[in-house]
Amino acid sequence: MAIRQVALAGLSREQLLGMYEEMLLIRRFEEKAAEEYTMGKIGGFMHLYIGQEALGVGAIATLGKEDKVISHYREHGHAISKGIAPRQVMAELFGRIDGCSKGKGGSMHMHDENVGLLGGYAIVGAQIVLACGLAFAAKYQNQNHLIMTFFGDGAVDEGAFHEGLNLASLWKLPVVYICENNQYSMGMSVEKAWSVPDLKDRAAAYAMPYEKVDGMDLIAVYEACKRATERARSGEGPTLLECITYRFRGHSMADPASYRPRDEVDRWRASQDPIPLYLEKLREAKAIKEEEIKAIEDRVDRVVQDAVEFADASPEPPLEELYTDVMVGDANAISWRYPRQ
Amino acid sequence: MRTITYRDALREAMREEMRRDERVFILGEDVVGYGGTYAVTKDLDKEFGEKRVLDTPLAEEVITATAIGAAMGGLRPIAELMTMNFSLLASDQIVNTAAKAHYMFGGQTRIPLVIRMPAGGGAQRGAQHSQSFESWYAHVPGLKVVMPATPYDAKGMLKSAVRDDDPVLFIEHELLYGIKGEVPDEDEEYLVPLDRGTVRREGSDVSLITFSRMAHICLQAAEELAKEGIEAEVVDMRSIRPLDLDLALDSVKKTNRAIIVEEGWKYYGTGQGIASLIYEYAFDWMDAPIQHVSGADVPMPYAKNLERASLPVRSDVMQAVRAIVPQKARA
Ligand SMILES: Cc1ncc(C[n+]2csc(CCOP(=O)(O)OP(=O)(O)O)c2C)c(N)n1
Repeated sequence: MAIRQVALAGLSREQLLGMYEEMLLIRRFEEKAAEEYTMGKIGGFMHLYIGQEALGVGAIATLGKEDKVISHYREHGHAISKGIAPRQVMAELFGRIDGCSKGKGGSMHMHDENVGLLGGYAIVGAQIVLACGLAFAAKYQNQNHLIMTFFGDGAVDEGAFHEGLNLASLWKLPVVYICENNQYSMGMSVEKAWSVPDLKDRAAAYAMPYEKVDGMDLIAVYEACKRATERARSGEGPTLLECITYRFRGHSMADPASYRPRDEVDRWRASQDPIPLYLEKLREAKAIKEEEIKAIEDRVDRVVQDAVEFADASPEPPLEELYTDVMVGDANAISWRYPRQ
Repeated sequence: MRTITYRDALREAMREEMRRDERVFILGEDVVGYGGTYAVTKDLDKEFGEKRVLDTPLAEEVITATAIGAAMGGLRPIAELMTMNFSLLASDQIVNTAAKAHYMFGGQTRIPLVIRMPAGGGAQRGAQHSQSFESWYAHVPGLKVVMPATPYDAKGMLKSAVRDDDPVLFIEHELLYGIKGEVPDEDEEYLVPLDRGTVRREGSDVSLITFSRMAHICLQAAEELAKEGIEAEVVDMRSIRPLDLDLALDSVKKTNRAIIVEEGWKYYGTGQGIASLIYEYAFDWMDAPIQHVSGADVPMPYAKNLERASLPVRSDVMQAVRAIVPQKARA
């Protein structure tokens, strides 16, 4: 099959295939993580991104290395997309010293200064206001980077959303706000939680440009984010994107998601899975060869396998780590200063 | 040395630090034209402009989070909250982000942040405007909580707080802004550390362990007691986290008696925390049970007489001292 020059969103073939590979990697990585969780290698809360991959991948593809991402507890996909090595993400899930946060953060608190993933936060809505500060710092120091912020539909109902969007708009801060509207916050459906049916009206309240995006369509996400990032970069201020998506699993590993009608879940899985949808697009545009698909799958499997092996081999944090990093200066923990004899 | 007010000392600290370091900026409600609730930031905008002294909307959570985010982004913010009472609206960000980011991200993130806020009662402001929550915050690992009592400390500690790489809650007392004290000349550089208390008055019979406005009450009580022949040592902790425990223990080991004096509520608070540490590490030196003088365990009443009755005064301290210093120790 001859590959002709494709023109999807002005992206090169290499970029287009790269995004496919990244989505697949996140999917396989998390499926593996779910397995390891069931086997007891991963503990605590773990929220999977499965079904929402087009969002993180499409959005972060519009960012440069200097741009920052700040996210919620469903951030494995964002972490990998922004460039944290899958090994380090898996090691963090395993609670090992080679994890991106030395095993002290876990599933909900991925962080890497070097790639600009400035944290997953487990307090719903926190990152919406923290983004204001990061963006303010960039503006204050005449740095040209922007802050991309992900949050769920549930976060919209927190006070932080109002305070954050108002200030970001008032101060024209370089922020892209991405609401990953997967239509449920835990068991609460968005229809039951929002007094207004879409975010357009709320954005209007802050004089903020708004777009509603098909969050299952990678190219649509990419193009909307491209517009929003350009706006932020040119000093025009924040944009609110509402991306309609669906999580294929429960809220967390502990949640069988029985509050969602079976046929609703089946319908989304069967017809809206962002990965086959995107592959179909690539095929239609004749941008991908069948043997490339196979090669990508093999590569992804190897990376995931390697991540698990790496995580498994990484030691637990030494016990001294218990008292490090409490503060930059360490004059803090009484029990550390006064060891029991 | 000059004699200036606590308020002016704080303003000087900020001015000097802002001149020294471009990254330092101030944000808060009404900090520009109004000069902040207690006129502490007054006129700083004239020198530094509204790029570095920023009025914010009435929104404590985003003020605090903006300061935290800016600190993560390489700046050194000083956020002013109108009073500590309203810090509760920001307490999620203080406790869940500022205190924890460094630890939970494996040491990568630094939050060199100062949150200034007035606290305390005594001006008939009623139950929602007269509170001391230092215990709540000092309970949280990852935060520094400091409470200067004098203009000298206010300036020197605020300068240290701005230079500190950890989040510092800088708690001022509403009734201290007008007090005067000796402070070195402007631009004569000095710093007061955030992890060391100070002995304000030496004494051999009993240790009065205290901080913030109560340090003044304890000094007055000590002067009165001296007339009865009791020499009280006044230990001003200045910072309640980190706590200069060695200083308190050394004093108690010398006097063998301790009284903790604070404005906050009695139960589960700072004073009980300090008392427990003294028992844990200096029990063998104690000749009498620790006494704890605290604010009354009530929401602050408005009525003048009731408010006065709810705050520790000189006579409360003296009574506690007389209860544990034996007759023979008196002249
Ligand atoms: C302030 C706060 N309240 C409640 C919770 C508990 N909680 C965790 S996730 C969640 C649902 C959030 O839903 P949404 O923002 O839509 O994100 P999604 O999980 O759908 O990605 C809730 C209620 C929390 N972590 N923080």
